[in-house]
Amino acid sequence: MKHSEKSKENKASFQQGLKAGIPIGMGYFAVSFTLGITARNAGLTPWQAMIMSLTMHASAGQFAAINVIAASAGFLEMAVTSLIVNLRYLLLSSSLSQKIGSKTAFFHRFPIAFYVTDEIFGISAACPGYVNPFYVYGAALVAAPSWEIGTFIGASVGNILPASIANAMNVALYGMFLAIIIPPAKKDKFIACLVVLSMTASLICSILPGIRAVSDGFRIIILTVIIAGVAAWLHPVERGSTNET
Amino acid sequence: MKPDVYLYILTAALVVYLIRLLPLTLIRREIQNPFLKSFLYYVPYVTLAVMTFPAILSATGSTVSAWAGFLTGIVIAYVDGNLFKVSLGACAAVFFTGLLF
Repeated sequence: MKHSEKSKENKASFQQGLKAGIPIGMGYFAVSFTLGITARNAGLTPWQAMIMSLTMHASAGQFAAINVIAASAGFLEMAVTSLIVNLRYLLLSSSLSQKIGSKTAFFHRFPIAFYVTDEIFGISAACPGYVNPFYVYGAALVAAPSWEIGTFIGASVGNILPASIANAMNVALYGMFLAIIIPPAKKDKFIACLVVLSMTASLICSILPGIRAVSDGFRIIILTVIIAGVAAWLHPVERGSTNET
Repeated sequence: MKPDVYLYILTAALVVYLIRLLPLTLIRREIQNPFLKSFLYYVPYVTLAVMTFPAILSATGSTVSAWAGFLTGIVIAYVDGNLFKVSLGACAAVFFTGLLF
């Protein structure tokens, strides 16, 4: 009886994940299409580009990797570049580790780790309470193929989408991010301040001479560590409250 | 076809996977330290906000349509909050503003 309840819950989470994966997939298609075109220009075949997407699921990380390949740099350089450009996932995965309940079997962490993209992380973080692994699988099942197919098509045909459509699709992922951060900000004034402050700081860092030269990846990490750090110091969340909303 | 390319991809993929896997497998218990716990709780909001703005302004090739998408996204997220509607609304705002400007 207990077992069937559990599988019912997993099934429901899986279906919710499938649904949440649709807008992610839409945005992924636009971004990965551009990624495919970049890979094509760097001399990668559509299969190579697609396998890269299948194994990495990282936009900035893949653009950087393509540059390394195009430059025929060494493997050590590839490893170091990948480490630096993708370092923010270390933060995201650490945060996600707290969203996985103690009752969730350990092995789930291996496939989940494979799909810690900004977007899948975002919707998982937005889940009330703990996240069910099947929610992640559902979202990944819809979103990831769109990432891979988009890359393949982009690398095969090059730029064929009309600019008006490509431009519109480019904001899909940002729209998703807004859908993740705005509703909690509406309920909690402190989070609202945090969001406004983060955006303002990000804007300033992208304008200020000197600081503006810092890569996007580093800007994201540094600002996250500073702002979330100060927020945690000023306004610690109450014990237990993080997973009970 | 350069066979090397797959080795490059393997290297990059392995590094990215390890970055994602290590925290998830090493931090297995619920963190009790209030500061760390709060820090990790705030990480998604800060990261996603930093990633969204101002990057969204240069995502569409026109600042006007980008602002339209950004503001539309915020309004729909505030009123409704549904991922799909927010995403689609932001895209539609960019598309139609792009036709005008």
